[in-house]
Amino acid sequence: MIPTSFEYKNAGSVADAIGMLGDDGQILGGGQSLIPALKLRLNSPGVLVDISKVDAIKGISDNEKSITVGGGATHASIASNADLDSAAPMLVQAAREIGDIQVRNRGTIGGSIAHADPAADWPAVLLASDANVMIQNKDGKRTVDIDQFFKGFYETALEEGEVITGISIPKSGFNKNSAYAKFKQPASRFAIVGCAAAVDIDGGVVKEARVAMTGVSECAYRVTAVEKALVGKALTAENIEAAVGDVTEGRDVMSDHYASEKYRTHLASVYAKRALKKLL
Amino acid sequence: MANKISVTVNGTTHTGEVEGRVLLVDYLREHLSLTGTHIGCDTSSCGACTVHVDGKAIKSCTMLAAQADGASVTTVEGLSSNGELHPIQEGFKEEHGLQCGFCTPGMMMTATDLLKNNADPSEQEIREALEGNFCRCTGYHNIVKSIQYAAKKMATTA
Repeated sequence: MIPTSFEYKNAGSVADAIGMLGDDGQILGGGQSLIPALKLRLNSPGVLVDISKVDAIKGISDNEKSITVGGGATHASIASNADLDSAAPMLVQAAREIGDIQVRNRGTIGGSIAHADPAADWPAVLLASDANVMIQNKDGKRTVDIDQFFKGFYETALEEGEVITGISIPKSGFNKNSAYAKFKQPASRFAIVGCAAAVDIDGGVVKEARVAMTGVSECAYRVTAVEKALVGKALTAENIEAAVGDVTEGRDVMSDHYASEKYRTHLASVYAKRALKKLL
Repeated sequence: MANKISVTVNGTTHTGEVEGRVLLVDYLREHLSLTGTHIGCDTSSCGACTVHVDGKAIKSCTMLAAQADGASVTTVEGLSSNGELHPIQEGFKEEHGLQCGFCTPGMMMTATDLLKNNADPSEQEIREALEGNFCRCTGYHNIVKSIQYAAKKMATTA
């Protein structure tokens, strides 16, 4: 399959890339979502601006209070990062389960969240981690709280002419004690249902909890009812069972040939419990 | 719309012009006549098109040739040296790791990437590493044995 014709431009920096976009340009990161879409002609930009060689946004750096993951960091580089494994293990767990090694070697975290596939793993993990998305545009830089980033079906707060330069993950008690669990579509390994859970325990009881789902609805979301139900209680199997009710309440649950609405609703609760029980 | 690229493939540097939309797999097969790299599903699923770019296994149907400018690419044709089979090729021959052979180039490229990072993988680790490579003949059993053969051979000759 051959994409429609476009002009390819290789950007040397993020500022370069923003300048190259023009009216009909699109950013190419690792290309693991965009290139298949171009081949199926679901997408046909006039200009494709490649940021896959911009080294400045590929790194993972440990700052005192947070870890910054470059927008161009590959899933494989996140999967093998020791700092993240200690500060926010759910990121490493999720990265290891994305697609397959070939996809993980090219695909990037920035590309994934810009694409915002409703079944992608990163949106749930980043919601649970209380991340900040660092964005650059022609006027400068801005930061978007992850809770304001995912807007709907393949829709985000990212605007025309903007590039995700990094994701900042706070070094918090809840991120240190975090886990990801998913029910995989066996061929693509996208999440039919995925849950990221991060729980801060202080003095034997839950001080703060963040629980987020992906694969369930038009975009990833936090389950605040579960988060609230856990606070102030010991994290035990019984308390997890009691706290996790219908985690799809108020959501339009997807139905497809992998999982019906009813089955997916059931799976969502099962995987919310499994993610939390990984923290026991 | 043409892009000037310079790509080192199996040690030889090729310079040429490609349209932006040319996929790396088509560049290898059509422009360089290296037809060992196969196009299977053409949807980033089957792994028959796996090659190494700068030492890492990737799906060449899901990368543009223009993106490989300046990169070093290894295809299945680059595995053997001085007329001698690479241990992974020998393994597939000895352990009957192929039937129709269509998936074999991709299997071998993923396997060599695995063995570079993990010289003594368990059976489970081998099976997990092959997640992105489909075989519709063998049931994978002999492919796993072929990779174990190569790991053993590489350990004794290293």
